[in-house]
Amino acid sequence: MLNTRLLSLIRKEFIQISRDPRTLVLVIVIPVMQLFLLGYAATHDVRNVPLAVFNQDRGPEARALLDAYRAADYFRLAFDAGSEAELRRLIGEGRARVGLIIPPDYGTQLQRGAAQVAFILDGSDPTVASTALAAAQLIGQAHGTQILAERLAARGVALSLTPPVEVRTQVWYNPDLEAAHFMVPGVIGMILYALTSLLTATAIVRERERGTIEQLIVTPIRPWELIVGKMLPYVSLALFNTVEVLAIGAWWFGVPVRGDLWLILGISVIFLMTSLGIGLFASTVAHTQQEAMLTVWMTLLPSIFLSGFFFPLEAMPQVLQWLSYAMPLRYYLSIIRSLLLKGVGFAEIQGDVLALTVFGLVIMTAAVVRFRKRLD
Amino acid sequence: MAESVIVVHQLTKKFGDFTAVDSVSFEVRRGEVVGYLGPNGSGKTTTMRMLLGLLRPTSGSATVLGYDIVRDAERIRPLVGYMSQKFALYDDLTVRENLAFYGGVYGLTEAQLRSRLAELFPLIGLEGRENMCAGALSGGWRQRLAMGIALVHQPQLLFLDEPTSGVDPEARREFWDIIYTLAERGVTVFVSTHYMDEAEYCGRLGLMNQGRLLALDTPSALKREAVPGEAWDIAAQPLLPALEALEALPGVTQAGLLGNRLHALTARGAHTTETLGRALAAFAPQVEAAEVTLEDVFAVLTRSPAGMTPKQHVG
Repeated sequence: MLNTRLLSLIRKEFIQISRDPRTLVLVIVIPVMQLFLLGYAATHDVRNVPLAVFNQDRGPEARALLDAYRAADYFRLAFDAGSEAELRRLIGEGRARVGLIIPPDYGTQLQRGAAQVAFILDGSDPTVASTALAAAQLIGQAHGTQILAERLAARGVALSLTPPVEVRTQVWYNPDLEAAHFMVPGVIGMILYALTSLLTATAIVRERERGTIEQLIVTPIRPWELIVGKMLPYVSLALFNTVEVLAIGAWWFGVPVRGDLWLILGISVIFLMTSLGIGLFASTVAHTQQEAMLTVWMTLLPSIFLSGFFFPLEAMPQVLQWLSYAMPLRYYLSIIRSLLLKGVGFAEIQGDVLALTVFGLVIMTAAVVRFRKRLD
Repeated sequence: MAESVIVVHQLTKKFGDFTAVDSVSFEVRRGEVVGYLGPNGSGKTTTMRMLLGLLRPTSGSATVLGYDIVRDAERIRPLVGYMSQKFALYDDLTVRENLAFYGGVYGLTEAQLRSRLAELFPLIGLEGRENMCAGALSGGWRQRLAMGIALVHQPQLLFLDEPTSGVDPEARREFWDIIYTLAERGVTVFVSTHYMDEAEYCGRLGLMNQGRLLALDTPSALKREAVPGEAWDIAAQPLLPALEALEALPGVTQAGLLGNRLHALTARGAHTTETLGRALAAFAPQVEAAEVTLEDVFAVLTRSPAGMTPKQHVG
């Protein structure tokens, strides 16, 4: 299969890649950059939310409440507001995300029985707000329970305040709920998809732009050799990137690689049929390298949003969930997350693998047929 | 007579309603240098692309080296070389890498390639530039490299599609030296051009216009047969009224401007220097007998007075 024609084409492609600084940056730097950006920045973990307090009581009870808030690392007591207006301004300016108003009679009310405090949330970022809301309620409840226990103890009633039903949570696969563990497999999928389709499309269109494709067609090279020779270098680059991102993910972000590495690479190759097919197809539609890039981007954006790369599919409206089944990236992400984090075997993922294979074959066949027509 | 390496029979190519090549027939024999002359868009490139199997003919047939261009395109490819007007080079590869790549694509082994390149570099005059990037070469050198690529697998038949467009006259002349060297070695060359002076170098010349092959013969035979009569160069003042008067004269078959003079064709024996001088007496004429040019042939065959322009281009 590896004849002189094919080898020449592959060697030429590698020489061109090694001499094009743009491609080198795209291949070596961008994946690492993406990994670090997404591993750190795209985290949904909410910590250290700045809190502004308007404490009108200043008694020991109020201080105890504030200590309770301080103890949990969800909030950072950032501002001690002198008035409600000041607190309002701090939240309005975005310097504080949440506010706590303790009324002047908090201590007396509490001694009489029950007291109220006001908790204000900036809801403009729902992720932060919902976490902060849950945390604030939890802290309030815990603090209330503690006061109750102290009161009963003061009356000589030793009461165990364990609730009759306890829900013990166990988080599997990603016990610390680290966002990076979710993102690294996603970045691998993104890189395989975006990089290979972009590079193949532009590499072929460049030959068409320069007229070298015409020169190639009049040589005895066969269409399949032309396609394979053009793609193999990018397949190997993509697999290099997969290993690169996996290694950084494992060493730097501590992402577990629980599944079989060869299975991961094998399935990545199946997924590459899809992205190479899209690249090949784009090259038959586009006349310039810019057009090729735009065409690929048009397929890329829905893939990113509808594959569960950023947003959980379960949270999407039903219609979008159905649409997501048309995104090959969806299956790949689901497989690669299972393989890395859960360490499952082939049996658990075979449905997704089958879907991925069908997509790959269909897209690749369509692209090859179209590509051959353009050669005539 | 040598065998025919190209046989074209009523070859036609239509793109929608537009007929790019209209029922063209001709033959090219082994060892010939055949030119294909015509303005841009006259169907030269389309004909060549059909012969190379790049385009499918709408109707008609052709064989190249005995193989049918539709059925046996793959058998033709290893035997012919092609140089397109775009000069299909990889700018980021060196001269040697470009040649090695195409050599490999034609199936040459390392050893074959080395010995082939050793012959090729002196022929195309690229010695000393083997390791330059193709992108750093100027027009004439790019043209030679493109020629080297077309020759790397030692084809018997060479298709050159406007190989000298965008190249300076000096480089064009040297390029034709290479073509003649190849012809001496038995390579058949089919070359399209829109330069009239180059057309004179061809053994035989086909004239293309609007998809039709008007004539195919040696340049001298074309001049003799297409233009039955005499040609004249006339200096006159003022030029344009003189041209009008000239066109109105009986016996003048063709008249036009050539630089700052008039150029006219007259029916055989219809005029002499004296009769023309008398007829244009009002314009202080200086009449000289002139050679029939390929422009004249082209103008007569296409019956278009615009065929004669000061430039060497047609149309």
